[in-house]
Amino acid sequence: MKKNSVVETLHRAQADKKSHTSLSADAMRDAARDCGAPPSQVYGVATFYTMFSVKPRGKHVIRICRNLACHMDGACKIVDALKKELGVELGGTTADGEFTLEESSCLGMCAAAPAMMIDDKQYGNLTAAGVKEILRRVRKGE
Amino acid sequence: MKTTILVSHDRRAMAAGAAAAEAALRAEISKRGLDKDISVSATGSLGYEAGGACVLVMPLAVVYTPVTAADAADIIEAASKGRALERLAKPVSKSWKMPASGSHAEKLAAAQQRVILGNAGVIDPENIGEYVSAGGYGALAKALAMKPEEVIAEIKTSELRGRGGAGFPTATKWASAAQEKADIKYVVCNADEGEPGTFKDREIMEGDPHKLIEGMIIAGYAIGASKGYIYIRGEYALSISRLEKAAEAARAKGFLGEKVLGGNFAFDIEIARGAGAYICGEESALIESIEGKRGEPRRKPPYPAQKGLWQKPTVVNNVETLAAVPHIILNGGLWHKALGAEGARGTKIFSIAGDLNWKGVVEIPFGTPVSAIINEIGGGVKGGRKLKAVILGGVSGSLLTDSEIATPVDFNSLAKIEAGPGSGAVIVLDETRSVVEAVLNIARFFKHESCGRCTPCRAGTAQIVRILEKIRDGKAAEDDITKLESLARVMAQTSFCPLGQTAANILSQSLKKFAGEWEACLCAGCACGGNKK
Repeated sequence: MKKNSVVETLHRAQADKKSHTSLSADAMRDAARDCGAPPSQVYGVATFYTMFSVKPRGKHVIRICRNLACHMDGACKIVDALKKELGVELGGTTADGEFTLEESSCLGMCAAAPAMMIDDKQYGNLTAAGVKEILRRVRKGE
Repeated sequence: MKTTILVSHDRRAMAAGAAAAEAALRAEISKRGLDKDISVSATGSLGYEAGGACVLVMPLAVVYTPVTAADAADIIEAASKGRALERLAKPVSKSWKMPASGSHAEKLAAAQQRVILGNAGVIDPENIGEYVSAGGYGALAKALAMKPEEVIAEIKTSELRGRGGAGFPTATKWASAAQEKADIKYVVCNADEGEPGTFKDREIMEGDPHKLIEGMIIAGYAIGASKGYIYIRGEYALSISRLEKAAEAARAKGFLGEKVLGGNFAFDIEIARGAGAYICGEESALIESIEGKRGEPRRKPPYPAQKGLWQKPTVVNNVETLAAVPHIILNGGLWHKALGAEGARGTKIFSIAGDLNWKGVVEIPFGTPVSAIINEIGGGVKGGRKLKAVILGGVSGSLLTDSEIATPVDFNSLAKIEAGPGSGAVIVLDETRSVVEAVLNIARFFKHESCGRCTPCRAGTAQIVRILEKIRDGKAAEDDITKLESLARVMAQTSFCPLGQTAANILSQSLKKFAGEWEACLCAGCACGGNKK
């Protein structure tokens, strides 16, 4: 019969303020206990889905889309602008621990390409200048 | 397209004869037999205090005031053509412009037939009352008064086919699960919209979440299920919160729960979040994910209708499919069968992107030619450039050339050119785009999203990217095209699930349809999108 879903439990664990948008070994062990699932299954799930991370991430996770529609509308330039502004490569976390820059599959925002998400928020029609302003605001908690 | 005329019933408007104007509008609609196309509702103040009776025409978003009974004929005439009536129009904001005759907004309104999206952008999606006022949950009441097999028969008559991409007949799926004997059955809504270029399901979930819930309850009743799951991709935060709120509101009103509408049918819905995996759009991988596992597809048969979620009979339907159900129950299967084209009945929602003047989501009858989607709805190719190719149905779908775009979008017509409507995604590439570069972008997507379970897909997607990068960098070997053809064939024939089977669709079609461009890429002076080193 149905137990607590591992996927949902990991979502919650990762949303926890202390966890910093990623899953620690302890968090995964807790999830395994809560779901009655073997730790191997939990680790398997945590490493299968791109929204989960077993490596520490920054306070905010940036997901930039590079699929076809965004690519055609200049996603590469936005990726370059983000890399330059943050001083990290894709997958990297800024030295101050504020941002992790990740690539995402299509976010379903092709009519507003190029697009990205920061945490739960969507940003579309991006320009290289515009992303600087967005990062500044997110940093300030706006 | 469905038009709604909202008549202000504030104190001043009533004093100025709003009731008479409303009656005249209704009479004019009946006289012209437009009852199904134009509806009239009362609303509160529209904020035009001075002018007398005041109406708002949606989705054109034009306000008319002062309106008298004598204006009804002109208003309905304009509305029936999707036009604004300049004589009475009032600006709704500083930036507001009168929709010009022949404008794109007008073409967009005229080309559409908004059935499933009829409420989207018109009602408040977080207010169940507005959905109910618009006739919502009426289909549920009607369905519960029917026998489950009659509900399935109605869906069969409608010839509804799945809107997720495969186009499987919905009634067949339902009948198959209905005949299974089990202590519990499930309805699962596939809202893991992740096919690149596709953003139509979110339009339903964000704009009219109750319609999806109503469709699911009816599906549950038809197959004898007591529980439903809506599996929404984790990135769709707004869709998740809208559906959570909608399910809660439906529960509070007795549309969900132990006694649906006070009767003997019990049904409840839970929202399950995805966590970023394209493969979970495949129904058996989706089921694995709801069960809390890695999203790896299962072997079929048994199909979900026999052994699905927790090995129980399960119907898995796409968001758009389930959202069509209330309309079919309310209007009858024959009504739906009269829409669209042979073998592709009803309307279809398309998400349109790429090199076009207008991008977005539209609902049009099946059978509309691809060229009309590009030129009428998309407003033509951006910058007046020529069209090179259209990616139809997402990046696992079909690649059409300029000479193929006269084809009507329906299963049969598209099958003749070895294509299909797929998810309803349309991505347009203009003449300056490199097909090779687009194919490389798509190949990288599939390499990333392959779940790794079967070798043809795991290794094939990686090999394709490796060879394509070589070609892009001008380092191609002579037999690389042959290798790509062979990889594409092997993957299509031997991959475990549809992801691998379709991953090289666009690649193989481009090798046939744009052979010249591939050849040019293999020799010096390549036209590869300026990416060659």
